[in-house]
Amino acid sequence: MTKWTEWDAPKERWLLTERERGGWPRSLLFELCTRIVFPTVLVMSVYLLLAGHNDAGGGFSGGLVAGLAFVLRYLAGGSAELAAVRALRPPVLIGSGMSIAVITALVPAAFGAPILSTALWTVTLPLVGTFKIATSLFLDIGVYLLIIGVVLDLLRTLGTGIEQGGLDS
Amino acid sequence: MLVAIVAHFAVAAALPAIAKRWGRNVFYVAALIPAASLVFALNRLGGVLAGAAPEESLAWAPGIGLEISLRMDPLALLMIVLVSGVGALVLCYSARYAKPGGEGITRESVLLLVFAGAMLGLVLADDIFSLYLFWELTTVCSFLLVGGRGLTPAIRRSATQALLVTGFGGLAMLLGLILLGTAAGTYRISEIIAHPPGGAVTSVAVVLVLVGALTKSAQVPFHPWLPAAMVAPTPVSAYLHAAAMVKAGVYLVARFAPGFSDLAAWWVPVVVLGLWTMLLGGVRALREHDLKRLLAFGTVSQLGFLMVLVGSGGFVTALAGATLILAHGLFKSALFLTVGVLDKATGTRDIRELSGVGRRWPVLTGFVVLAAASMAGFPPLLGFVGKETAFTAFGSGGARDTIVLVCLVLGSALTFAYSLRFVVGGFGTPQGKTPIAATWPGQGLVVPMAIPATAGLVCAFAVPWLEPLLAGYADAYPGHGYHLALWHGFTVPLGLSALVVLGGYLVHRHVQRAGLPDVRWPKYADAQAGYRAAVRGLDALARRVTGRLQVGSLPVYLGVILLTAIVVPGAGLLAGVDSPGPLRLWDSPMQVPIAVLVLVATATVLVARRRLTAVLLTGVIGYGIGALFLVDGGPDLALAQFLVESLTLVVFVFVLRRLPERFVRDDRPPGKKARWTKAVIAIAGGVFVAGLAMIVSASRDGLPDVSREYIERAEPSAGASNVVNAIIVDFRAFDTVGEIAVLAVAATGAASLILGAHRARRRPERDETEEVTG
Repeated sequence: MTKWTEWDAPKERWLLTERERGGWPRSLLFELCTRIVFPTVLVMSVYLLLAGHNDAGGGFSGGLVAGLAFVLRYLAGGSAELAAVRALRPPVLIGSGMSIAVITALVPAAFGAPILSTALWTVTLPLVGTFKIATSLFLDIGVYLLIIGVVLDLLRTLGTGIEQGGLDS
Repeated sequence: MLVAIVAHFAVAAALPAIAKRWGRNVFYVAALIPAASLVFALNRLGGVLAGAAPEESLAWAPGIGLEISLRMDPLALLMIVLVSGVGALVLCYSARYAKPGGEGITRESVLLLVFAGAMLGLVLADDIFSLYLFWELTTVCSFLLVGGRGLTPAIRRSATQALLVTGFGGLAMLLGLILLGTAAGTYRISEIIAHPPGGAVTSVAVVLVLVGALTKSAQVPFHPWLPAAMVAPTPVSAYLHAAAMVKAGVYLVARFAPGFSDLAAWWVPVVVLGLWTMLLGGVRALREHDLKRLLAFGTVSQLGFLMVLVGSGGFVTALAGATLILAHGLFKSALFLTVGVLDKATGTRDIRELSGVGRRWPVLTGFVVLAAASMAGFPPLLGFVGKETAFTAFGSGGARDTIVLVCLVLGSALTFAYSLRFVVGGFGTPQGKTPIAATWPGQGLVVPMAIPATAGLVCAFAVPWLEPLLAGYADAYPGHGYHLALWHGFTVPLGLSALVVLGGYLVHRHVQRAGLPDVRWPKYADAQAGYRAAVRGLDALARRVTGRLQVGSLPVYLGVILLTAIVVPGAGLLAGVDSPGPLRLWDSPMQVPIAVLVLVATATVLVARRRLTAVLLTGVIGYGIGALFLVDGGPDLALAQFLVESLTLVVFVFVLRRLPERFVRDDRPPGKKARWTKAVIAIAGGVFVAGLAMIVSASRDGLPDVSREYIERAEPSAGASNVVNAIIVDFRAFDTVGEIAVLAVAATGAASLILGAHRARRRPERDETEEVTG
């Protein structure tokens, strides 16, 4: 019988892990699953972004889902996994998201409408059919990019903290 | 007009691409835009002079009454001649001044063009918010241009001083302008001046506006930033610190003077500080050996002169002010560009080293003499016309006018002396000194300098044709009948001018022979020491306040937040408490198991010993709340809650790696008192939030009007069947943009802090290894 103060101490490892040279505990199963799921999650995030106008979702949720996809990759393999997306530098993502949102906000002023007003377009594509686009979608895209940037920034900063200091202790 | 301003920014955005191909010739491309703006503005000259000032306005947020409105009246047009005309010249000059393939070309060309656009907007703006926006844009550009790439501490200090002083003034000005606008009931500048408000508030507002103008135009006691900013490249100094930016303060005073020049709160500070600045700048200029710093103190002095003229009101005074604004822009930019030419040709700007340049290049020297003579107020140049008019304006014989006149004559004599010092020191050949080695800097540098120098001469003779423009501004005051001219006959002002020339010559001779007596200012009168003391004091205050408030203990922060939340809204809740009405146990049976789960998790958190356990249990609570949202029919809210909860968990885990595994170390149990305090605060907080939730939700009957409107309008006006999304991206889109801006700033700030902490932690380790290996 353990002391009651010890009841929440972990008793065993949940997954078999192997330590890499870098010191990052590595689980093959986790890594494999993550890699398989990763593209699907990204597609899901884009779906949420586009569907937000009529169903649950939106730029914020979509961005978070995409961000969580990167979080999964990171948890599975450390920053080596994230090297795959090194081209997406977080400050650039945050900046372009912000820029897209602000430009979307200002463009209506050029057409004599108040800023941030929405226009509706109805587009008919062959084979695909007719659908409606609201210009506020671009604002949502800006939010989406910015959120991804923020999550990646978290991984970059807090994550490197773990790798440099946390694992040793 | 708006198109012209936007064109500056748009082309500035394209300049980096052009600079890659064309190198330093990119400045010529940039020069096209101010040149085109100038042509465009002069094209409107007829209409402007006829009294029909072209106006444009763009209501970009009509819901809250915000618009950009522009207005081109004679004063604005006069300033455009300086801003865009000198801007184009300086950009052309930079194309030859910059080193081919130098590193700063892209940066400097972009910033100069953005600055030109901001300055154009500043002089055209007719509402106080646009004015403030462009005003601060010029401040920021100035900081970046003065700071350059921030290579030395001196440069960084100078740039920071310029930013802090003018930024402080800008904020004071904004406050003053808002007070004025509120008192007048309109934010249009032209309307405020046409119907100036009265009362004590106006006096306060006017003083605040003046603080902005005085800091920007480097008046005593804010002047030291301008000479310090001379670390900037010469073209930048010629444009920002002679022709354009420092004129912004003069412009602001000129703009508001027709409405407020009768107020004592307006004219006393303007006239007293202006005269003081004029004399102080003149004396300091005589002391300098660096030609550029000499010119900088000369600018300070001349700006004081301009302040007195445009600020004190009256037709002739305003006419003199307008004439001298033009004259000063022309001769001072020419002289600054001359310093750049000398610097390029000889490698020095020091009077004690320069010698023989005048004999070698007589034509160049001729242009310099033209510009310097205009500065000295020597006939037949535009500076002379302006100075004569100024002397006439204050020649009424009244006590106030006479005091001002005496100071102006003294200041002008000093101006004559330092103009002479500039020409003789920079271009003369002292006896027994070998001429300095020099290489011809090329036409590309001399022509942009020669144009404004010659313009001072041409304008003086063309003054009858120029007068409608200058008088167009002065017409805001009653009393006409004075005309600008080179020759008015043998009058008192002419006699005073002769006195100025004689006095200036004697001062110069004395300074050259004996030097100035070295007067040590008492400490409290030294403006630079005052600036340093102010900055140090602010730092100390900030440290003390931060030390008191940010004690670094998370429980203390949480306790303060909770107690505030309990006391402030809690008192209001008790004051207007309503019985919550009949309570239901649940709306849907699904709520019961979820609530039980949340309660169990909450109870377990309390007994958790390890941080990780507590974090996971908090996660359970969060997911439970999300599930409750789902049951209540808020899928959007639930989705966001689940996602944020997941992300928070991960972030928690990241952070936990840095913290001890357990909350409490077994060998150091916490005190009983602290535990009880925490428990009481926590329980009170919980009870308060629960009570608040019950009372608030009970007091709500049916949908509020806002919600009903949102639901009705989501489909027709936002094109969205998801009302939540319609609110986020359409109805309250302004909030969304604000929120993501906050998010971006917070993320960037957090990243900087964390990365900075890593660097700080790694540095000592590296030092150790260096010590070991070294």
